[in-house]
Amino acid sequence: MFKKLALGSILALSLAPLSAQAAGGTGHVEDFAFSFEGPFGTYDRNQLQRGLQVFTEVCSACHGLKFVPIRTLADESGLGLPEDQVRAYAANFDVYDPELDDTRPGKPTDHFPANTGAGAPDLSLMAKARAGFHGPYGSGINQLVKGMGGPEYIASILTGYTGETKEEAGVTLYENTAFPGGWIGMAPPVSDGLVEYADGHSNDAHHIAQDVAAFLMWSAEPKMMERKQAGLLGVLFLGIFTVLLYLTNKKLWAPHKGKKHA
Amino acid sequence: MAGIPHDHYEPKSGIEKWVDSRLPVIGLLYDTLMIPTPRNLNWWWIWGIVLAFCLALQIVTGIVLAMHYTPHVSLAFASVEHIMRDVNGGYMLRYLHANGASLFFLAVYIHIFRGLFYGSYKAPREITWIVGIVIYLLMMATAFMGYVLPWGQMSFWGATVITGILGAVPFVGPDIQTWILGGPAVDNATLNRFFSLHYLLPFVIAGLVIVHIWAFHTTGNNNPTGVEVRRGSKAEANKDTLPFWPYFVIKDLFALALVLVIFFAVVGFMPNYLGHPDNYIEANPLATPAHIVPEWYFLPFYAILRAFTGEVWVVQAASFLTGGIIDAKFFGVLAMFGAILAMALVPWLDTSSVRSGRYRPMFRWWFYLLVIDFFALMWLGSMPAEEPYASFSLIASAYWFAYFLVILPILGVIEKPEPTPATIEEDFAAHYGKSDATPAE
Ligand code: HEC
Repeated sequence: MFKKLALGSILALSLAPLSAQAAGGTGHVEDFAFSFEGPFGTYDRNQLQRGLQVFTEVCSACHGLKFVPIRTLADESGLGLPEDQVRAYAANFDVYDPELDDTRPGKPTDHFPANTGAGAPDLSLMAKARAGFHGPYGSGINQLVKGMGGPEYIASILTGYTGETKEEAGVTLYENTAFPGGWIGMAPPVSDGLVEYADGHSNDAHHIAQDVAAFLMWSAEPKMMERKQAGLLGVLFLGIFTVLLYLTNKKLWAPHKGKKHA
Repeated sequence: MAGIPHDHYEPKSGIEKWVDSRLPVIGLLYDTLMIPTPRNLNWWWIWGIVLAFCLALQIVTGIVLAMHYTPHVSLAFASVEHIMRDVNGGYMLRYLHANGASLFFLAVYIHIFRGLFYGSYKAPREITWIVGIVIYLLMMATAFMGYVLPWGQMSFWGATVITGILGAVPFVGPDIQTWILGGPAVDNATLNRFFSLHYLLPFVIAGLVIVHIWAFHTTGNNNPTGVEVRRGSKAEANKDTLPFWPYFVIKDLFALALVLVIFFAVVGFMPNYLGHPDNYIEANPLATPAHIVPEWYFLPFYAILRAFTGEVWVVQAASFLTGGIIDAKFFGVLAMFGAILAMALVPWLDTSSVRSGRYRPMFRWWFYLLVIDFFALMWLGSMPAEEPYASFSLIASAYWFAYFLVILPILGVIEKPEPTPATIEEDFAAHYGKSDATPAE
C-alpha cells in the first residue's frame, strides 16, 4: 500500500522536471566535483575565499554581482570573513549615495556593484540560471546528488576555449565547447597562474575556474547550508512522526481488522 | 446533516447548552469530525487531506512572503532575492511555497484520477465533482499568476504566451486580452493585478473547499466498491462505517507525514528541481527565451492547446463551416477548455450503472490508457512543437476526448459488469477476514 503511494508520487515527480530541461543548451558540460554536492555536501570555505579573489581580480572587471550584499561575506555558512576584512573589502568600492548626491566608500550593507559596461551578464544568480545536467534520461533526478550543474557549466565555460576566434559584425567571438552555439563573446578570462593564491593552492586554469564557480554557486544560493540542514531536520522529524503515526494507526485499526488475506 | 444515521451531538454542560442554543457551532464541528466514513476506504483516499494541508501551507507561507515582496516590474525580482538572502528563513518560505504548488497539483491529479476510477463523480455526488473541478480551475489560475510574480524570464514570457491565447477568441479576444493585462502587453499593471488576484483566489478556493466537503458529507463518501453505506438503521450503518475521528484522521495524518518526508527532501535537497533555470534571469521584454515551457502541471493541457494546428482536418472543417471565425488558434483554445469541460461533465457522460472501476472489466483498461495518455500529454507538452511530437499530441488529445465523449457513454451499454459485493461490510471482511460483527476484545 505504501508502495503504491510512494510510487505514485515518485512517478509524478520523475515526470515533472521535463519543463526544467530546456535551458542550458547543447554545449558540453564537464562534471567537475564540488564539495557542496548532494544532501550532505558543504561549502569549502577556503575555496569560496579563493573564488572571491578570482572574481575580484578578474571577473569583476566586466561582470556585476548586484544582488549580493557585501556583508554576507561574513556569513558563517559561507566565506566566514572577519568583520574588519569585510569592511575593508566594501571600502574598495565607490558607491553612489543619493542622500549625499555623491559617491562615498562602500559599506558592508551595500551590495556588490552592478557592471554592465562590457555587455556581460550579472553573475549573482548565474549558477542557478544555467542547468548543466538533465539526466538521467532527461529526468533531472541527479539534481539530488549533483545539483543542477550550474557551477559545472560555469567552470566548463571558463575551461572550454579551443583558441579559435572569428569576427562577426565587428565583435570577436571565441570558440567554446561548453557554450550553446559554440561561440561566445567573452574573451578567455582565466589562464594558468593568473592569480596568486595566499594559501598556496594550485592555480592552474582548471582550479581557478573551479574556485570561482564554487564562489558563484555561493553567490546564487548563500543559504544552501541552512536549507539542507532544515531539509534534513524536516525529513528526520517527519520520518519519526511517520513511524509513530504508523504504529498508532495500526493499533487503532487492529480491533476492526483480522489477519489480512494474502 | 449527513444522510447516514449516526449519533448527533448533545450539549451536556450548562455552557454547552448556552452556546448551542445561540450558535450550534460545537454540534457542527462534532458532526463533521465524527462523520460515518466507509471503513473500506483505501490509500487512494488520503489525497484529500494532503490537498487541505497544501492549501493551508500555501496560504500561510504566501501571507508571509507577501509581507516582503514588491509587485513592481523594477523591484519584484530584487525583492524575491531579498527574501532569499535577508529575510529570516525567507529561503525556506519561498522554496516551500514554490514546491508546495507542485505538491498541490500532484495531489489534485491523483485525487481527480481516484474519482475517475471509482466513479466518485456519479449520482448523487455530481455537485461534489463539479465544485472540485471549479477548485481545480481556480488552482490553475492562482498558480499561473503566482508564477508571474518573481518576474523572471519564464514568468514574463509564460504570461505573454498564455494571455496571448485569449487574443485568439474571435472579435472580442484582443479587447479581453488588453483588459486582463491592463495594457497592450504584460507590464507593471499586469504584475499588480496578478499579485492582487493571487492573494485573493486562495481564499475563494478555501470557501469552495468547504462547499466541496459539505456536499460529500451530505451524500457520504464514495468507497472502493462504489456500494453505498446501508442507511436502514444506525446498527446497519455502523457495520459499514467507522467515525472519521479517530480512524481516518490518524490514517490520513500518517499518509500525510509520509508524503511530507518526500516533500521536505525535495525542498531541502533539490528545491529548484521543478523550476526552470530561466526564471533566475530577470524578465526582459526584449529577449525571448529559446523554449518557453509552462510549469509541469500545465503541460497536459498545454499539449492539447498546441495539438490542433491548421493542418488537422477537424480544424479545417471547423474553419470552413464557421467562415473562418474558428481558426486553428481559437480551435486550440476551445480544445483546451473543452478537455476540462468534458471531464466536468463526466457524471452525465458515464452511462454505466456500476460505480466502481473495480467491477468494470472493460472500463478498467480504457481508464489505465487514460492515465498513460495523461502522462504522454505531459511529456508532449514539454517537447518542441515539431514532428513527431505534433502527431503524437494529436493522437493523445483525441484519446482524451474519445474517453469522455465516446468510450464512457458506449461502455455503459455494452459492458457486462462483474458482481459487486452486497455491502461494504462484506468487502471489508473479505479483505481483512473479520469485522465488527464479532467485536474484538
Ligand atoms: C573582458 C570582460 C570579461 C571578463 C574579464 C569576464 N567576462 Fe564573463 N562574459 C563577458 C561577456 C561579454 C559575456 C557575454 C558573452 C556572450 O553572451 O556571448 C560573458 C559571459 C559570461 C558568462 C555567461 C555565459 C552564458 O551562458 O551566457 C559566464 C558564466 C561568465 N561570463 C563568467 C565569467 C567569469 C567566472 C569570469 C571571471 C573568471 C568572467 N566571466 C570574466 C565578459 C567578461
